[in-house]
Amino acid sequence: MATIEHRPASGGIGESVLRKEDAKLIVGQGRFVDDLVLPGMLHAAFARSPFGHARITGVDRSAALALPGVAAVLTADELGIAGGVPCASNPTGDTRQPRQPLLAEGIVRYCGEPVVMVIATNRYTARDAADAIVIDYEPLPAVVDGRKALAPDAPLVHGQYPDNLCCTLRHETDGFEEAFAAAPHVVRSANFNQRITPVSMETRGVVADWVRASGEVTLYTSTQVPHFVRTFVAVINETSESKVRVVTPDVGGGFGAKLNTYREEYLACAASKIVGAPVKWIEDRSESHNATIHGRDQHQQYEAAVEADGKIRALRFRAVQNNGAYLQLLTPSISHLTVFMVPGPYAIENISIEVRQAFTNTTPTDAYRGAGRPEATHGLERLVDEIADELGLDPADVRRRNFIEEFPYTTSVGLSYDSGDYGTALDRALELACYDTFEERRAEARGRGRYRGIGLSSYVEVCGLAPSAVTKAIGISAPGWESSTVRMHPFGKVTVITGSSPHGQGHATSWSQIVATELGVPFDDVEVIHGDTAFAPYGLGTYGSRSLAVAGAALYRSVQKVKEKGRAIAAHELECSVDDLEWADGRWSVKGSPERGATIQGLATSAWVAANLPPGLEPGMEATTFHDPPNFTFPFGTHVCEVEIDPETGRVEVVGYVAVDDCGNVINPMIVEGQVHGGVIQSIAQAIFEETVYAEDGQLRTPTLVEYQVPSAADLPRITSDRTVTPSPVNPLGTKGIGEAGTIAACPAVVNAAVDALSVLGIRHLEMPMQPHRVWEAIRNANPTGAAR
Amino acid sequence: MRSSIRITVNGVEHDLEVEPRRLLVHALREDLGLTGTHVGCDTSSCGACTVHLDGDAVLSCTMLAVQANGRSITTVEGLATAGGLHPIQTAFHERHALQCGFCTPGMLMAGAALIEGNPEITEAEVRQGLEGNLCRCTGYQNIVDAVLVAARETARA
Ligand code: FES
Ligand code: FES
Repeated sequence: MATIEHRPASGGIGESVLRKEDAKLIVGQGRFVDDLVLPGMLHAAFARSPFGHARITGVDRSAALALPGVAAVLTADELGIAGGVPCASNPTGDTRQPRQPLLAEGIVRYCGEPVVMVIATNRYTARDAADAIVIDYEPLPAVVDGRKALAPDAPLVHGQYPDNLCCTLRHETDGFEEAFAAAPHVVRSANFNQRITPVSMETRGVVADWVRASGEVTLYTSTQVPHFVRTFVAVINETSESKVRVVTPDVGGGFGAKLNTYREEYLACAASKIVGAPVKWIEDRSESHNATIHGRDQHQQYEAAVEADGKIRALRFRAVQNNGAYLQLLTPSISHLTVFMVPGPYAIENISIEVRQAFTNTTPTDAYRGAGRPEATHGLERLVDEIADELGLDPADVRRRNFIEEFPYTTSVGLSYDSGDYGTALDRALELACYDTFEERRAEARGRGRYRGIGLSSYVEVCGLAPSAVTKAIGISAPGWESSTVRMHPFGKVTVITGSSPHGQGHATSWSQIVATELGVPFDDVEVIHGDTAFAPYGLGTYGSRSLAVAGAALYRSVQKVKEKGRAIAAHELECSVDDLEWADGRWSVKGSPERGATIQGLATSAWVAANLPPGLEPGMEATTFHDPPNFTFPFGTHVCEVEIDPETGRVEVVGYVAVDDCGNVINPMIVEGQVHGGVIQSIAQAIFEETVYAEDGQLRTPTLVEYQVPSAADLPRITSDRTVTPSPVNPLGTKGIGEAGTIAACPAVVNAAVDALSVLGIRHLEMPMQPHRVWEAIRNANPTGAAR
Repeated sequence: MRSSIRITVNGVEHDLEVEPRRLLVHALREDLGLTGTHVGCDTSSCGACTVHLDGDAVLSCTMLAVQANGRSITTVEGLATAGGLHPIQTAFHERHALQCGFCTPGMLMAGAALIEGNPEITEAEVRQGLEGNLCRCTGYQNIVDAVLVAARETARA
C-alpha cells in the first residue's frame, strides 16, 4: 500500500510542516460517521414538517408500520422525553427559552421540524417508511422576517409569550447622546447580513449504540464539541454521564454548524435503547438545509457622529437578529458577539447599542464561521466607507485616523484588546494591492466597458474563547477553558490527548510541532488523539478560532510539566541540584558540562522503570493541564478587494484579493494560509453568491444545493495572503487564532469594492449577495437611460 | 426484487445482488466496503462521489448500480498503484489541498481524469474542469495548484 512519507524537516514551531492528517484522507481511508458499521445496525429517517407553522391534527403510521423491515415508528408520545434541545445561553438573564421538543408536540414551528422518526433495516426502507406516514396539518399564519416578527400584529411563534421578542441586548456609555449631538456630521449605513446555510461538505450524522444490558451508550457523531454532547445526552436521555461515551471520528467540516447539539443525537440514543440495536442516521443534504442551523440573518443600522476629518466621536448601533423558531446551543449569544465587536478596531469612546432578537418560523440560527463578528465588521466597514464618501476623504485615511494605537486598550463595550498594530497591517495590504495605482486600472477597465472598484476592510475579532468567569458573566452556561494531556511512553514516544476537536484544522500536525519544539522530540514521534470522551479529559472543543490560543496553551503547559519532571529525575540521576541543570535540544545537562546529561526520552524510560526516582516523585511521565485563559485574544488585519462589474449582466467578479492578517505567532504558516483562503472564499461566497431564502408562508426556497449556490473553483479568484506578527501576551505561545478572520473581513471588502466600482453611477449601497440580477437592477435604476455605458 | 450484476472495481471482479434502485455509490460504500467515495449531496451538485467508470469521471450518486453492470470502476482506493501514490495524491499533500478531507476523494478522481493526457492544462481549464466539485474548506486555490502540479508531473513521468 502506498503511503505518504512525512517531510524530514525538524517539524518544529514556525515551519510549514506537511500535515500528518493527509496520509489516510488521500487514499480513501478516512473514517467518517457514515463509514461506520456496527453489528445489527438499523437506520433512521424522519418525517419532517413541510409547513413553516402548522397544527398537527393527525398522524397515521399504519402504512409505515406495515412495510417489511420497519422496526419502529416513533412520535413524541412514544419517546416520552421531557427535556428539549438545550440552549446554553441566556445573555440577559431573562432571555425567553421556549422548550424545543425532540419531536414536534402538536405544533410545528418551522419547515423541516421533525414529527416522526422511523427505524428500519436499511436507509432505503427507512426513507420509504417515513414517506408513507400520513400527517394531517392545519396551517397557521407564519412570520419569517425578524423585523416583521417584532411588529405588533405579527403571528406568534410561541403562543405562551405576548410577542416574538426573545431578548434585547443593550449597552450605552454615559453621556452618549450629548457626545453624539456634539459632532458636526452624522453618517448612516444600513445593511442586511443575509441568512446563509453552512454546508459543511459532510452533513451531520450519528450512530448511537445503547447497550441495554449494561446501560452503556456510545454515540458516534459528527460534531465540534464531543464533551458537550456527552453532558447533554446524559441530561436529556436521563442517564449517567459516566455511562456515555461520545466519539467523533473524522469530521468533514463544521464551520460552527457542528458547534451544537442536535435533536438527532438524543433521538438516535433514545431509539437505540427502544429497539435494542445500534441506530445510524445520516442527514441528507436537502434535509440539512433546514435541519441544521443557519447563520447570520441580522438587519442592522450603524450611525456615526463624525468630525470633518473623519474622526468618529460616537457610534449608534441598532439591529434585529432573527433567531429562528427555537434556540439552539448558543443562539442568543451570537448577536452578543456582534455587540462586543461593534466598535471594531477604532478608538470610539461613546457608544449606544441595542439588538433585539426575534423568534420566527424559520430554522434556528446559531454560530456560522465568524459567528456574530462578521455582522459587526460588515456594517462598520460599510459605514467607514460612507464616512469617507460623504466627507470626501480617502477610505484608508479614515481608517488610519480612527485606529486604536495603544495596547492593551479597553473598548467602550468593555473588552480589553490584548495587542495590535493595525496601521502596519493596513499599510502592508495597501502596498500588496498596489492601492496607489488603482485609478489606472479603473480607467483601463472602463476602456473595456467594465466598472472596476477597490474596497478595504479592516477588522479586529475576539478569539481565544474564553475566560470562564467571562462566559458566565455573559450568560453562557459552559466554561471556556481547555485541556491537554501529554503522555510519554516508556521509550520516549509521545501521545497528546487534546480537548480540542478538529475537523480540518490540522491540530495533529500543529500540536506535534509544539511538542517537537518544546520537548525536543522528533515530530514523527508524536501522535495526537482527540474527540473520544472515553479517554480524553473534558474538553470544550473547537470553535471561535480558540484552539491554538487555549488548547495550544494547555498543551504548552503540560509539556512544561513533563519537562520539569524530567528535570527532577535528571538531577537525581546526575546527583546535582535542579538549578544546576539547563535545557537544550531535548536534554537536561549540567551547566558548563553538556556531556553530563540525559535526554527527555531517557528520562521517560527512568520514570517508567521507577527504580531510582527522587524520593516522593511518582512514576510515569505524564501531565494534564486544564488551562483557563486570562483574556480573549484579538487577531486583526486589513483586506483589499478589487472587483470588475459587467454592466450588461450585473456580474461581479473579484479580480484581486489581498489579505493581510495578524494572528500573533504562527505554528504552521501553511495551515494558517489555508485557513485564510478558506475563510475569505466562504465570505466572498456570502458577498456574491449565497442566500437562504424563505417564502412568506415559511417555505424554504433554497432547500437543496441547486437553489442554494455554493460557488465552485470556476467562480472564484486567487488570494494573496500575507501576515504581520504581533504576539499575544495572553498565552505562552503568543498565538491569537485565524480560523474565522477571512469570513469576518471579506464581505465588506467585496461590497465596498463593488460600491466603489459603481459610484460613478451614483450607487452608494448594494445588498448581499450581489447576484447579477440585483446588481444589474441597481445599475438600471441608477442609470435608466444607459448613458454611462 | 433484486438484480445480479458483475462489476470490476479497482481491478477486482465482484458479483452483487442489488435492488434495481440501488445507487452505485451505495453499492460501492455499503456492499463492497469502499467508503473512500463520499456522498455530499442528493442533487448531483457536489462531486464528492466522483469515481472513474471505464476511465471517465462520473458521479456515482447519479447512477444506479445496475447501470454499471459489466463495467470497470476505479475509486479513490484504487488510484494509487503498486508503484506508489498517483501524482495528484502527492500533490494534494504537498500543496495542502485538503483540510477536512471530505471532498478530497471526489476532487482527486475528478482532477486525475482532468489531467489525464493533458499535462499542459491551464489554471482556467482546471477551475472550469472542477466546476462540479465543491469544497467548503480550502477556498480551492491549493486544490487548483495541486492539480496543475500533478498535471506537469504526469508529463515528466
Ligand atoms: S454526492 Fe454525488 S454529486 Fe454530490
Ligand atoms: S477539504 Fe473540507 S470540503 Fe474540501
